[in-house]
Formats: sequence, C-alpha cells, structure tokens
Amino acid sequence: MPKIFEANKKAFITGNEAVAWAALAAGAEIMFGYPITPQNEVMHYWTRLAPEYGKGFLQTEDELSAGFTVCGAVQSGKKAFTATAGPGNVLMQEPFGMAEAMRLPLFAVIQQRGGPSSGTVVYSQQEVTLTTFGGNGEGHRIVYSTATHQEIFDYTIKGFNAAWKYRFPTFLLGDGYQAKMREPLEMYNPEERGIEMVKTYPLVGLEGKIGEDREPQHLCNIYSLEEELYEVVMKFAAEHEAISPELVEYEEKECEDAEIIILSHGVVSRAADDAVKILRAQGIKAGYFRPITLRPFPQKQLREAINRRPARKLLIAESAYGQLDRLTKQEIYGETVAIENLFMPGVGIIDYDIINKVKSIL
Amino acid sequence: MGMIAPAIPKSWYLPSKPHKFCPGCGHGIVLKALGETIDELGIQDQVVFGCDIGCSLLSWNFFACDSTQTHHGRTTPVMVGIKRSRPELITIGYMGDGGGYSIGSQHLLNSAVRNEKVTLILVNNTNYGMTGGQMAPTTLPGQKTETSPFGRDVDLTGYPTRGPEFIAELTPDSAYVARATVSKYKQLRRFLRNALRNQMEGNGFSFVEVLSTCPTNWRTNAQQTWHFLEEEMEQYFPIGEIKTPFGKGDK
Amino acid sequence: MSLIKIALAGEGGQGVQSVAEILAEAAYNENKQTIYIPNFGLEQRGGVSIAFIQVSDKRIGAPKFSKADVVVALSERAIGRTAGYSDMNTLFVYDSGFMVKPEELPREAKKIIGIPAVDTANRQLHPKVFNIIIMGTVIGLTNVVSFEAAKEALESKLAYKFEKNPDLRELNFKALAIGKEMAEQSLKEGVGSNA
Ligand SMILES: Cc1ncc(C[n+]2csc(CCOP(=O)(O)OP(=O)(O)O)c2C)c(N)n1
Ligand code: SF4
Ligand SMILES: [Mg+2]
Repeated sequence: MPKIFEANKKAFITGNEAVAWAALAAGAEIMFGYPITPQNEVMHYWTRLAPEYGKGFLQTEDELSAGFTVCGAVQSGKKAFTATAGPGNVLMQEPFGMAEAMRLPLFAVIQQRGGPSSGTVVYSQQEVTLTTFGGNGEGHRIVYSTATHQEIFDYTIKGFNAAWKYRFPTFLLGDGYQAKMREPLEMYNPEERGIEMVKTYPLVGLEGKIGEDREPQHLCNIYSLEEELYEVVMKFAAEHEAISPELVEYEEKECEDAEIIILSHGVVSRAADDAVKILRAQGIKAGYFRPITLRPFPQKQLREAINRRPARKLLIAESAYGQLDRLTKQEIYGETVAIENLFMPGVGIIDYDIINKVKSIL
Repeated sequence: MGMIAPAIPKSWYLPSKPHKFCPGCGHGIVLKALGETIDELGIQDQVVFGCDIGCSLLSWNFFACDSTQTHHGRTTPVMVGIKRSRPELITIGYMGDGGGYSIGSQHLLNSAVRNEKVTLILVNNTNYGMTGGQMAPTTLPGQKTETSPFGRDVDLTGYPTRGPEFIAELTPDSAYVARATVSKYKQLRRFLRNALRNQMEGNGFSFVEVLSTCPTNWRTNAQQTWHFLEEEMEQYFPIGEIKTPFGKGDK
Repeated sequence: MSLIKIALAGEGGQGVQSVAEILAEAAYNENKQTIYIPNFGLEQRGGVSIAFIQVSDKRIGAPKFSKADVVVALSERAIGRTAGYSDMNTLFVYDSGFMVKPEELPREAKKIIGIPAVDTANRQLHPKVFNIIIMGTVIGLTNVVSFEAAKEALESKLAYKFEKNPDLRELNFKALAIGKEMAEQSLKEGVGSNA
C-alpha cells in the first residue's frame, strides 16, 4: 500500500477531516454517502482526496442507498465505508441489518446529533441504542465510542480491521462536537506503527471458472425454516461472545479506592476525567470508568472496578436520556451498587455539571 | 425580476417575519407568491402546508395556515396521508430538489402514478442548500459543489434530473405539471394558482418546480446570481406548463 | 499557562470563525493544547455565529464551556446572545460604537470593556480589518498566544491575499497591533468599563 504520510504528521484539524485521512491511511477504497450534518465534511474531504489517491466516491440518492452500496462494495471485496448521523443512521439500519445477517465487513462512522427525529443537527449521545442494537436482529456489531481526535484516527483504522477480521459490521460512534471541533492529533501510516491491515477479499466475483475451479457463490439472507434461522443466530451470538474478550476496550482511573465511580462514554468522558481530578483534589474519592467499546461492553471490567473497594455509587453521565444507563444496567445485572444518573439529552456536559451532581448525591 | 406587490399577504404569519432565508434567496419569493395565491383563492383556512427538511424547513411557521414540518424527502407521503384521510383539506407540500428528486424520489414517482390529489411545490436551486452546498440531482454539468469540487462529471454522476418532464410522463391528463422561475413572478403566480385549482377541483396530481437562487452556496453576488438563474438554469430547464387540464398551457 | 476560554460572537460575514481559526492555529503552532469549535446548524442561518476556543498547557476536557474568561461580541445582537457566557471572572468586550441597552449587557463580569474597534478600523485602517483588531484585542487581554505567533498564523492563513496585494500585510499587522494596544490600555485604565 502506498504511504499516505511521509512521516508521522501532526495536524490541527476537525474530527471529520481526521476520519477522511484515517480512512485513507487504512486503505479504504471507496466511500458512499449522503449529506447530513454533522458528518458532511467527511465527504467533503474525501471527495477532495479521492482523485489524488485514486479512490472512489459516490453520493447516493439517500442513506438506504449509501448503506446498501457499501454492502455491495464489500461483497465485491473492496474496503468501503460510509458516514452518517441522526435520521440517516435510522435509515441505514436496514442495510446495517443486512450486513449483520450476512456478516459483511461494513464500516460506518456515526456522528450523533439530537433526536428524536430530525431534532437538532448539533450534538448528542442519543444514537447509542440505535447503533449498538439497530433494527430487527440481535445487535451483533462492534461499536467504538471515541473521545478525542487521536482516537478518531486510531479507531477508524482499527474499525476497518475489526470489520474485515471478524466480519461483524463495525461502527465508530462520534458526535457533532467531535465532528466539528479542531484539536491536535498525530496521523501515521498504520504499517509503520506495526499495525497490520487485514486483507480484503471478495465474496462474489471470485476468480476461476465456475464448475472447474470453483463452485458458484450463493449468499443467503433469508431462511424458510424457523430452526434454520435459530441455528444461524445462535452461531452468530456464540461467535460474537467468543471474540468479545479480545475486542473489549475501556479506560479506568482511580477506581481502587473510589466511593463513587463516574461512568461515561465518548466526549462526555473528557468532562468526567476532569471532574474526577477536581473531586480528588477536594478529597472526594471519585473514580472514572469509560467503555470504549459499547458493543461488546466491558462488563467484566466494570464489575471488577465497582467491586474493588467496593464503590457505593455509580454515576452514569450522558448526553441522552438513559441510553448508556440501560446498556450498563443490562450488562452488570446483579450488582448492588446504587446507580445514579446525570441525563442531559442533546446538550454537552462539563466537569462542573458532574461535580455538582456528585456533591448532591454523596 | 417580476413585479412584487408591496402588500403583505394576509396568509402570512407576521410573528415569524422577517423570514430567516439568506439575503437574495429565492425561497422567499416562492413563498410570497404562494401566500398571495392562497389569499386570492381564499383558502387560508382549508390549507395544510407541509414543509420538507432542507432550507424549506424555515417555512414551518411562515404562513398563518395550519402547517407541519416533516422529514427530509417525506413531505409527499405525509401530504398524501392527510389528503386521503380528509379530502376537503387542501394540501401543499413544499420541498427542495434534494428532498423531492433524491431521497424522496420514490414517493414523488409513486404518488404521481397514483395521481394523488395533492399540490407539491419543489424549489430547484441546483444544490443541497441547508447542508452547505453539496451536489443535488439538479446540479448542472460542470457545476462545482462541495461533493463535486471539480465540477459535476456527467460520466460519473449522470445528467441533471428534469423533474416535471419525468412526472408528466407518469401522470394522466388530469394532472398539472409545470416549471416556473423566480425571475418571472407573474407567471409563477399563475402556475401556483393553476396547481392549487387543480387540486381544489379534484382533478389530480399537481406539481410545480420553481427555479430558484442560492447565492450563499453558489458564492455569487447579486448580479452573478441572476445571471446563473437566467442564463444557465433557465437555459437548461425549460420554463412552462408541461401538462395542464386548463386549456393549452403556457410554454 | 492554565486554561483560557474564549467566546467570539458576531454576524455571519464578520469573519468570527476565521479569526477564531487563526487564533487557534497560532496557539497550536506554539505547541499548546487547543480546541476550537464553532456553533453550527440551523441557528447559524440568520443567527449569531459563535466560536468557542480553549487553550491550555494541559489536556483540555469538554469542547464547550458555560462561562468564558473572555467574551467578545462583534455585533449588537451578539451582546445579548453571549451575555450568558459571562460571570464574575469574565472580561466582556464589545464595540463602544454599539447602541446597547443596559439590560442586554451581562449581569456579571469582571470587567465590561467597550473598544472603538469599528471606528478605528474605518478611520485609521480599513473596515475589513475590524476583525483583526478584535483578534489583537483578545491577545492583549489574555496573552493566549504571542504576538509573533499571531502574525505567523495570519501570514499563513492570508498568504494568497498578501501575495496579490503586499500592502495588506502591513494593514493586517497594524490592525493586530492596534487591537492589542487598545486592550492593554483598557486593562490599565479601565477605559470604557461599564460603558
Ligand atoms: C434522512 C435524512 N438525511 C439527510 C438529512 C440532512 N439534510 C437536511 S436538508 C438536506 C438537503 C436539503 O437540500 P434540498 O432538499 O435541495 O433543499 P434546499 O436546502 O436546497 O432548499 C439534507 C441532506 C436529513 N435531515 N435527513
Ligand atoms: S442556503 Fe441557499 S437556499 Fe438556503 S436560505 Fe440560504 S440562499 Fe436560500
Ligand atoms: Mg436544493
């Protein structure tokens, strides 16, 4: 693969731009997309980079089409991706479902915006349930929730690899703030960091003469018997569970002696991190836990963190009305820690909000 | 530019004025013409106005008529739902070229085929205005947009959609199909009147595309804006009534 | 340097976001931690454009903030729109030529500073460099970046314009210097405070 960067390249760019560069560095070959705020600039940058690097781009007629064209492209063996948000993410659940059912290595970047419905175009964390569990199916997906531009770059590369290695549809879950803000990061060629890019391969359009060199490919997406579907879903579930230990990622700080653990994901974890530092300076024993993978969820690690001291309280802070909260409760079912919440659907959370909440419940 | 009567239409909702479209935007002209037409026909109380998501969404409280804001591309089926349930209401769907010809194209096509008794007004500004100027189905060959930064390449993305021509092919004779422009105000008024009359008389599907301006995303000054509208768009997209149950039509 | 939070607000076309971008770029070039985020979305159309900038030596947390160290309102409408970002630690800056209703000014501020930026731009320089005066003012009030770094960032951002018309370089640098001086002066003397 040709080098994208001469050397490690420091940059001060938006998150959307970071996605475009990372996709390029990861060897993505074609993007399909439909305009929607706050993801537009992923397309804008990609369309400017594409001709220079011999990459493809198509603006489709809507998100259904963008999602399904990606399904087609990855079946043909190309590293393809899309990016969307809000109602576009809703529409893409149909193609994402196809990717789940047919185990297609689809990679999508979701820059969450406010809902329900068209809501606001700015920011929220309200697409957690949608992105992790999606439509009709069991949510056999991989979802990375990033917090910094460096992570956007790193996990875009990782996301393509996870999709092609495990063949579960894979998502990078960002938000409007991460999409639109500028902050520093370092960009690199993955190979130079010892990251091996997983090779792509076609599922249709294979080499060789049918009947002589190979059998024809018949990719199935519908089952006539309940039992058949049962077998398939059970197999997917077992595989998803089996790879979870190696996929799961999280961040934990100061939980050893924490009386209260603040649980957050994505951009909110930046405020949680600051809040914990300030609370500690004030003598309050606060800890920090952040799932990086929302699916699979680091439930074992969170249970351990809770039970170290053990913590008396778990405060779940999110820019949504309980989506991380529901996810967490189902994952750590049986723990007796008291769960409190700071739900601020559609608005940003700062350290001050979290500190106030902590003080009001301790 | 045609003549604009100085009086404010009765059907305008005054607390929402001044409106929020950019200076020089054609949306305001279309809505002014629509307001005057609603007044002229005396239908303010029967109208249900539905707007798409696009810059058209800024019109959600533009009129003192019952109004609803739908989804990007979904105004047509929402209007059809209202009309099928309450035929006495006069439904006006207001959308952009992206909403109508791209994401909502299946709805446009199928409601035209079914000859739904709704009136749809589609504003063609050759781009996706609200999202910052991406390519639309109507973007002219060679035109630069955010997603065609080197100019629309017809080999890769085809030719601009000619909506009214395509809808005329799908509809029976009782439908009304026209293309207007904000540069010919009186004609625009007449086409809108015909499109509403056609629904009121229960004839059939009524569709008006209006060529409009988007100086913000075209990055044009006033003179360049009108030049692009009159010399580029109006040349590519012929103005006139393509199908009308009211006499011969205005080409 | 501890965290500095700046909110710049004005009308579309006043170059609020460009100024913010240049400032943020300058801070980044000085190897500081920097975050810049514009307000975007519907409210932008016909609304006030706001830029949120944060600069620090340490890693920066949340991308937005509720109270700023410096708020600069570049238009009359922007004053009311940004008053809420001001508390008792905030320097609140606006143009002394604005017609301002007292109730629109922030209720809390460390200091409210009126600066004759528009007038100075029109009389001494060029109306177009009004926003560069403001940039100078922010630097004068906060030292968020060095004067040199600001000049360099201006140079790289406006290189294509300077190339076409070299006089513009002097004009912009002068505007930057005047803005900085006005700010420093106002801090010393309390000029225009509570105008
Ligand atoms: C399902 C969905 N996809 C994408 C969007 C984002 N979006 C909002 S407006 C718009 C395009 C508007 O263009 P057009 O319909 O031509 O209207 P204009 O703004 O030009 O008047 C898009 C893509 C959305 N709101 N919903
Ligand atoms: S962006 Fe274009 S279409 Fe939208 S309001 Fe402005 S000028 Fe009108
Ligand atoms: Mg449009």
